[in-house]
Amino acid sequence: MTKVPLVDIYIMGKKYKVPASLTVMNAMEYAGFQLKRGCGCRAGFCGACAIVYRTAGNYELKVGLACQTKVEANMFLAQIPYSPPLKGTYDINTLTPTASSIALYYPEIYRCIGCGSCTKVCPQNINVMHYIAHAQRGEIAQCATESFDCIMCGLCASRCPVHIVQYHVTILARRLYSKHLLPQASHLKRRVMEIKEGKYEAELRQLMKLSSDELRIIYNSRDIEE
Amino acid sequence: MYISYLKELVKKVEKTRPRRLYQDFPRMAPHECREVVKKFHPDYLENGFQTLKAGGNKGDRVPCELAELLEAHSRIEHIEIDLEKIAYDMDVLIIGGGGAGAAAALASQKEGAKVLLVTKLRFGDANTIMAQGGIQAADKENDSPALHYLDVMGGGHFTNIPELVYTLVNDAPMIIKWLEDLGAMLDKADDGTMLTIHGGGTSRKRMHSARDYTGTEIMRTLRDETLNRGINVLEFCPAVELLLDEEGKAAGSVLFNLETEEYLIVRAKTVILATGGSGRLHFQGFPTTNHYGATGDGLVMGYRAGARLAFMDTIQYHPTGVVFPSQIMGLLVTEKVRGLGATPLNIDGDQFVYHLEIRDVESAAIIKECSYKKKGISTPDGTTGVWLDSPLIELLHGEGTIERQLPAMLRQFARFGINIRKEPILVYPTLHYQNGGLLIDKYSRTSIENLYAAGENTGGIHGRNRLMGNSLLDILVFGRRAGFHAAQKSKEIKLKKLTLEHVCQFRRQLEQNGLETESISPLLFPSYNHHETVRSLKCN
Ligand SMILES: Cc1cc2nc3c(=O)[nH]c(=O)nc-3n(C[C@H](O)[C@H](O)[C@H](O)COP(=O)(O)OP(=O)(O)OC[C@H]3O[C@@H](n4cnc5c(N)ncnc54)[C@H](O)[C@@H]3O)c2cc1C
Ligand code: FES
Repeated sequence: MTKVPLVDIYIMGKKYKVPASLTVMNAMEYAGFQLKRGCGCRAGFCGACAIVYRTAGNYELKVGLACQTKVEANMFLAQIPYSPPLKGTYDINTLTPTASSIALYYPEIYRCIGCGSCTKVCPQNINVMHYIAHAQRGEIAQCATESFDCIMCGLCASRCPVHIVQYHVTILARRLYSKHLLPQASHLKRRVMEIKEGKYEAELRQLMKLSSDELRIIYNSRDIEE
Repeated sequence: MYISYLKELVKKVEKTRPRRLYQDFPRMAPHECREVVKKFHPDYLENGFQTLKAGGNKGDRVPCELAELLEAHSRIEHIEIDLEKIAYDMDVLIIGGGGAGAAAALASQKEGAKVLLVTKLRFGDANTIMAQGGIQAADKENDSPALHYLDVMGGGHFTNIPELVYTLVNDAPMIIKWLEDLGAMLDKADDGTMLTIHGGGTSRKRMHSARDYTGTEIMRTLRDETLNRGINVLEFCPAVELLLDEEGKAAGSVLFNLETEEYLIVRAKTVILATGGSGRLHFQGFPTTNHYGATGDGLVMGYRAGARLAFMDTIQYHPTGVVFPSQIMGLLVTEKVRGLGATPLNIDGDQFVYHLEIRDVESAAIIKECSYKKKGISTPDGTTGVWLDSPLIELLHGEGTIERQLPAMLRQFARFGINIRKEPILVYPTLHYQNGGLLIDKYSRTSIENLYAAGENTGGIHGRNRLMGNSLLDILVFGRRAGFHAAQKSKEIKLKKLTLEHVCQFRRQLEQNGLETESISPLLFPSYNHHETVRSLKCN
């Protein structure tokens, strides 16, 4: 085991000594915090763990994900435990995949001043400002595809000077795109129909009656798609 | 970034790569599979388990860490709670805000029920959102529900409950259709054909995905829809005990408001448990891939109320969890990485097992290579792992494949200076999935009347081993079924008087059997403070 050096960090202003190799999340726990808010998947998928921080002597106020950000010496930090919601409620079935559908629920997108703050803070390196431009122009497919990796952590919205809630715009765009623009899978529709008609019923019921030894024989000799 | 001695070892991997590129490594014969699992899988380590002293599964073997919680004191044992003071009076109460809970909520509400969904963290902070690889369904021309059935049964070593497997595979195409109709962005060819690949133990390419954010896409879509439909959602209010009526039927739950530390009473005609898995109990000290709230609460509450458990002595260790860098220790390296052709290698850069054996076999083989053969790679933190040769992927499928198909994985490692397109990664089995849980039938009913369960907190569908892609499927199949049937059932129920007597009764039973304990459950959260540094480092 190699010994990891300790560094000082300041959690909401209080000083703690923690191993320099830890993430902010692990460091808070190491320091003795029992997290309730601000911790979900612990792996960069859920967006629960936004933090705001600054390192001593640096003017810049930074944001990040606690589970994905390594501690730095003399880091001053706090969690952002909650973002007040601003979500449109819609019936995806009746919307058209156009700019006006998005504008109906999120008219703020047209107030974008192109400052790029959203893109700069995105922990997923998504070009947020760019996909908002797609949304404005009704380029639903591009908006959906470019925003796909969004984990809805809310950091973009926390920095937006004109109050766009980018992560809600994108889920609407993705659902519009998938529901109304992507062609439906015909093989899927067919299979659902076949099952309803009972095409596989006899074969399945037959298999269900077999003993494990009998099943094992069939299983071991089943052919496997290349 | 790999430190120098690891960089040297990477060179060995590079050296053997051209030779391995087009070489097929043989699958293990069935008897070899059985043998390696018996000898090296953690499920067979006797001192990892103990037998239960009371309740419906008395005498059954379960992991020690779970036994401790199943037999612990209730959180509300010495707390004055007024059961007449009802905070929410509902038709259907759903406990758990993951995929199973959301699917249940949508189905219940569609049947006209008044629904409340309560959850411990935020709605969607769950194992579901972390699922990367994919979801299975037999919807292609060369595939059929019968073939899917065979694969599920074989994966579970033929121990699965046939009726549940039938339900799973039969509903599967309908579930994918439902997702398509909701506007979930599944990977498709230009003509709309679903892009599907193999997973461990599949005989047909039936793994559907949404890049490597499959669970994320499913969860955020279901969450969006749940909110659009105006369903009541209560966050940061975990359930801590079930309530029964005087006839012993489920009738609600006691919630704990994490901020105000108040207890709240929910009365409901039917209750659905969808609290997910238990990876955060760190069985046998293993790191885990699971989210923070995966502490087996539903098992504890259900068991105390008298519901039966099944297959609780079998846990799934995912063959490939990260062991280096330590910041992301335990984190999942999705099976899709192997599905695309990456293979496990030992310290000499040699492959030692076929890369797509079913999970318990693959895990056991990796443990054997490290512990018995001593051919693992030691990390600077004192753990051991094997290489997973990710650079093979682009040699097989062309440049850009990783960025297109595994963006999450690429990003995770890039944060720590490792380029998985060019460098292999270090992995070891990690605690991943609870194969067993509350026993259900095809209507998602537990053995307690009016208590339903769906998702990872159930047992029976996957027998002793689940295949990748069948869990995202099961949470939606049985989540929707639970929601539908709980809503239907609620229509015929008259609300009765609530009681917590079952909690005291269970306590008395344990004491009569000589059990002394200071533990309290449900656990709600694991704790990682610096008295347990080593553990906390491991548990990302
Ligand atoms: C990293 C990872 C990758 C995976 N990849 C795949 C894959 O590719 N394919 C696949 O099929 N499966 C995969 N799985 C498995 C699959 O994702 C899960 O088994 C499944 O999503 C579980 O869904 P669930 O709704 O039952 O539980 P979860 O999604 O975990 O939801 C449980 C919910 O209950 C809440 N809860 C817990 N306790 C309480 C309480 N006391 N009161 C109220 N609420 C509570 C939790 O906070 C959470 O919101 C993966 C799992 C993990 C962890
Ligand atoms: S805890 Fe989920 S992204 Fe950090």
